Amino acid sequence: MNCGHTEKKLVAYLDGRLTMAERRQFEAHLALCAVCRGRAQGFRSVWDALDELPPLAPSPAFDSRVKARLAQEQRRAGFWSWIMPSPRMAFAATALLIASIWLSSFQPAQLPVTHAPVGSPAQNTEAEFGMIKDLPVLENYDVLTSFDALSELPAQESAQPQSLNRL
Amino acid sequence: MARSDVQLMLDVKSGDDSSFELLLRKYRTPVVNFLYRMVRDAAAAEDLAQEVFLRVYRARGQYLPRAKFTTWMFRIATNLAFNALRDGRYRQMEVSIDQSGVDRSGDGESKQPALEIADRQPSIELELIRRDRAELIRRAVESLPEKQRAAVLLHKYQEMDYDEIARVLGCSESALKSLLFRAYETLRVELAPLVGAAQVQAQLTRPGK
Ligand SMILES: [Zn+2]
Repeated sequence: MNCGHTEKKLVAYLDGRLTMAERRQFEAHLALCAVCRGRAQGFRSVWDALDELPPLAPSPAFDSRVKARLAQEQRRAGFWSWIMPSPRMAFAATALLIASIWLSSFQPAQLPVTHAPVGSPAQNTEAEFGMIKDLPVLENYDVLTSFDALSELPAQESAQPQSLNRL
Repeated sequence: MARSDVQLMLDVKSGDDSSFELLLRKYRTPVVNFLYRMVRDAAAAEDLAQEVFLRVYRARGQYLPRAKFTTWMFRIATNLAFNALRDGRYRQMEVSIDQSGVDRSGDGESKQPALEIADRQPSIELELIRRDRAELIRRAVESLPEKQRAAVLLHKYQEMDYDEIARVLGCSESALKSLLFRAYETLRVELAPLVGAAQVQAQLTRPGK
């Protein structure tokens, strides 16, 4: 154990998050090294000093502004859903149209096949509304997907709240 | 019994807007404060914090309780803050303090001429008379490179675990520990006048050298 390990261990040591063995090793180094000892003391003091930063209170209108922005968004979404279908529905409708043309070029005997797709738009009204409602979510898609990917990482055993002053 | 954040969010997902109001009430202050320290402007922080909650609400349909709610929410907040800083919308708010000897990975955060380098050293007492402690701390925190700053804010004020902060910042836990070390080391040097001269002696020697 030398000073080079301090960078990886000091914060975890002060948070009380080292294993027993790591902690003993680290403390053995601190006992011998005045520089790392001074740094550890300095980190503790910084941790305490950060409590002096005064918090900022959100404005009293914060919640009502959020709600107003949401209401505005929903009004707009409602308007657009009335004027035009969602891109996915537009695509589905186009595909349906193409399929109908393609199928209508066949013999009348094969026509009943077209009835299945033709019946679906009415049943899809609710799904369509859901899509429109969630449209703005698409802009967050990369955030959400990369986030989900990250959450596949093995979870760490870390239930206790941490504190630099614990030690 | 109080519902967990994850349960509240699942209730929002199934159409219960009053659960969203509970989350809003519970987290508006931490989110506003986090963003305030990130973008260094109260009005901008408030605006971005509202955007965080709008995005949480918009994304409710896709919400999956795979991680803690706060991890997810602060990831949204952090991305918004990074984007806002990158856009330069709040660049004028930045105040740079001398960061000599400390690796600054932030993008262009030291463009402004460093203030008060020349007269910082001579009189610690004068410094403290001119600016109160909180002001010194605020400037030190706000001068950290953005990723280090986010790491410290989440570690100190949100008391998040390493794996959560690493997820928020999209880095490994090992990288996070280095970020935190560098951030606290910078703060230790910057705030040495506040926390006693005993630690100043260590500032010239960095680990591994
Ligand atoms: Zn050492």
